[in-house]
Amino acid sequence: MSKVKNKVERPNFVSTTNACKLCTPLGAAMAFRGVEGSIPFLHGSQGCATYMRRYVISHFREPVDVASSALGEKAAVYGGGPNLKKGILNVMKKYEPEMIGVATTCLTETIGDDVPMILAEFYKEFGDLALPEIVSVSTASYSGTHTDGWHGAVCSMVEQLCTEKAEDDGSVNILPNMISCEDVRELKDICDHFGVKSTILPDISETLDGPALEDYVKIPSGGTPIADIKKMSGANATIEFGRCLGTKTGGVALEKNFGVKNHRMGIPMGLRETDVLFDSLETITGNPTPRRYELERGRLIDAYVDGHKYVFGKRAVIYGEEDLVTGLCAFLSEIGVDVILAGTGARGKGLAESIAAVTDGVTSKMPIVREGVDFHDIAEEAGELKPDLMIGHSKGYKYAKAWNIPLIRVGFPIHDRFGGQRILHLGYGGALSMFDKIVNAVLEKKQSDSDIGYGYL
Amino acid sequence: MTTAILEERKDQIHRTGQGDIDIACNRESLAGAVSQRACVFCGSRVVLYPIADALHLVHGPIGCAVYTWDIRGALSSGPELHRMSFSTDLQEVDVIFGGEKKLEAALDELIDRHSPKAAFVYSTCIVGIIGDDLEAVCRQMSAKKGIPVLPVMSEGFKGSKREGYMAACKAMFKLVGTEDISDVSPISVNILGDFNLAGEIWIIREYFRRMGVEVVANITGDGRVRDVGRSHGAALNLVQCSGATLDLAKMMEEKYGKSYIRVSYLGIEDMADSLYQVADFFKDIDPDIVKRTEDLVKEELSKLMPEVARYRKDLEGKKVAMYVGGSFKAFSLLKAFRHLGMKVVMVGSQTGTKEDYAELERISDPGTILVDDANPLELSAFIKEKDVDLFVGGVKERPIAYKLGVGFCDHNHERKEALEGFEGMLNFAREVHSSVMSPVWSFVPRRANKINTIEKGAGNE
Repeated sequence: MSKVKNKVERPNFVSTTNACKLCTPLGAAMAFRGVEGSIPFLHGSQGCATYMRRYVISHFREPVDVASSALGEKAAVYGGGPNLKKGILNVMKKYEPEMIGVATTCLTETIGDDVPMILAEFYKEFGDLALPEIVSVSTASYSGTHTDGWHGAVCSMVEQLCTEKAEDDGSVNILPNMISCEDVRELKDICDHFGVKSTILPDISETLDGPALEDYVKIPSGGTPIADIKKMSGANATIEFGRCLGTKTGGVALEKNFGVKNHRMGIPMGLRETDVLFDSLETITGNPTPRRYELERGRLIDAYVDGHKYVFGKRAVIYGEEDLVTGLCAFLSEIGVDVILAGTGARGKGLAESIAAVTDGVTSKMPIVREGVDFHDIAEEAGELKPDLMIGHSKGYKYAKAWNIPLIRVGFPIHDRFGGQRILHLGYGGALSMFDKIVNAVLEKKQSDSDIGYGYL
Repeated sequence: MTTAILEERKDQIHRTGQGDIDIACNRESLAGAVSQRACVFCGSRVVLYPIADALHLVHGPIGCAVYTWDIRGALSSGPELHRMSFSTDLQEVDVIFGGEKKLEAALDELIDRHSPKAAFVYSTCIVGIIGDDLEAVCRQMSAKKGIPVLPVMSEGFKGSKREGYMAACKAMFKLVGTEDISDVSPISVNILGDFNLAGEIWIIREYFRRMGVEVVANITGDGRVRDVGRSHGAALNLVQCSGATLDLAKMMEEKYGKSYIRVSYLGIEDMADSLYQVADFFKDIDPDIVKRTEDLVKEELSKLMPEVARYRKDLEGKKVAMYVGGSFKAFSLLKAFRHLGMKVVMVGSQTGTKEDYAELERISDPGTILVDDANPLELSAFIKEKDVDLFVGGVKERPIAYKLGVGFCDHNHERKEALEGFEGMLNFAREVHSSVMSPVWSFVPRRANKINTIEKGAGNE
């Protein structure tokens, strides 16, 4: 292992091939989508909104309306303010939203549109109308990745909507990072069983995974209620998932502005990271972990034992969002899978430190950790490492296919399988379900590679 | 219903049989209207991307490249460089100091790594703003690497997809005329505006082979740089897909005097008619070609029609709404649905022209809704108003249909089923049938005959 680690640095390619990241405003648009009555609005050219909608729709298989200020050539020269204002008015007319989440794009950042100023003008000009909440976030796509857009949008919502100290209500805020709809549902259940009121921001569990309906609704039901966001200042504590987060986050803002204690922890993937969550909930609520989760935890360990031999020593390449990758490393280290390469398209996230922290005491085998990589880099490096498994979103399929190894699909986007929005990653239950998937992927591979056709494995 | 349509959009909607058609089109999308349209870059990317032995480098921040990575099913019989996503991934520092150096370096390493036959460099929104001289960099790299390096001026905000098609055609036209044409048959065509989705162009090429017509260049499905270079040798250009490649055909007509005809390989009449038009064009030099074409059509139809009849039995009377990119496709689909006994009640297009809408008015039944540049709320309103059984569109339209409990047929560029040609018509019938006839619709609330009043808390309406 150490031999691999000390390999010479690769040349730093200028070009990007098959990127392992998405652009910043996409993350913001998805986060805005998780608020009740909210419409994401991209201040930029029409194509951005359409491309992102297509990309998000292909994963969630839900209508995803993202408005755009649809800037043309004139606006690019004279400024996009008039289009932004007109766009907001049109969205108000058609969607009657409670909130419009405005994210900028590379175009409007480059031409220098000052969105907060334009919005201030807008409030002045149209103050007589019943205006929705308008939250804005700066998301130049040449700076950061979609996770920065997501966290930026969450932070903006907290800062711009939660401006007063609310009455203490003993609730807990959860800023869950980019997780699946199923994950959000799991978190809600956990809080319910703990008997604590939770405000999860954003909450995409219903807005991006809704039921079949009698009628087409302009804005899907569900999402974090705006009233609840305003009351986050009165919560007992905030739980913020993400070991790779920066210093400007919603959790930090709530602590700084209103003294709401921020518990930052990794996305609860695997046994120990989930333990951290449950320990924190015990501390915050004063309640013991409900028996159902004690049982689930027990089943998880039992499964780990039952399945350990199938996966021990398997070599995995993992990639994707920095905090998801960290969570996967935490989980995989527990089951004896050796992560040989962990890559993310994001830069400056302290991924290596985060991975070291979550694997500490369980494995001494640190993977090669790469930030700012694309799939070309990952493939170049990983190909020689002879991986047995790939774990990540759909875009790694091309490589898994070339190496003839299973790809275990997690995270976002899942474009080549069904049900990505319902993948459970979090909690003891999420670990169980991921463990089943990995063991079965290994078994399936073994079975299909064998001439014998074992009926028992 | 009324709330779904903004005042400023009203003249982009027309109902046939209600006075003269004067639909407003080719407009900029309305701010805040959630248009289903894309941008200039998208138009260029769509047209050029299937050229499989070219490098397609997107010069800009990462989004534009990553959202177009292998999203379409344009197949290649050889190299597959087009299925990769290349970007200069511009960062803040590049935006401040300019991206030319990075572009140059990116081209340098990518051309060395992949040895493409040509490179297309796509300009994105901010490239125009920060003032990178794309043409100069391309010229210089072309000289250095000895392959054509072609700038595609596709800044997203400079119009809609149409302008992107034009930019793509201009870029391709620079390749035309660069290769030797001495071995090209006098009975030869170029296939323009077919992108070989699910192998469709192979079906069409096979028909031409049986007719004795040489296909010089596929533009651009399963396309090759060299073929585009010798495309001026073909006697006739066949243009499918209204907007995308017509400009190229016109350029070739002007410079090389090659005539073009507009064709469509969708549906039965239009497919047959397209082949007959080609036969007709060559009948003076090859009198037998008409007979060969007739035999071909007869043979294909004798296989196809009994199969179609089976599906028609189930589909008779079902209602269809469709929303397509270019409206030329809508003409063919309208006729194709008639063969299935289905009634088209709404036709919309992202980029239709006045002439297109006039033609639609002519061929569609009275009361059909025609709409330009629609959005989700309008589409859902029309689906409900007309109580349709099937919606035809792309990925963005699919969930709208499904939410309302309506079947769906993907007729966009992401389709994985070949829908062109006579055999494509059969696939089409099967696609439509497999959605419309599914038992799942009986469970969706809109179809389950639930009493409306119990529906509570389902939204904000």
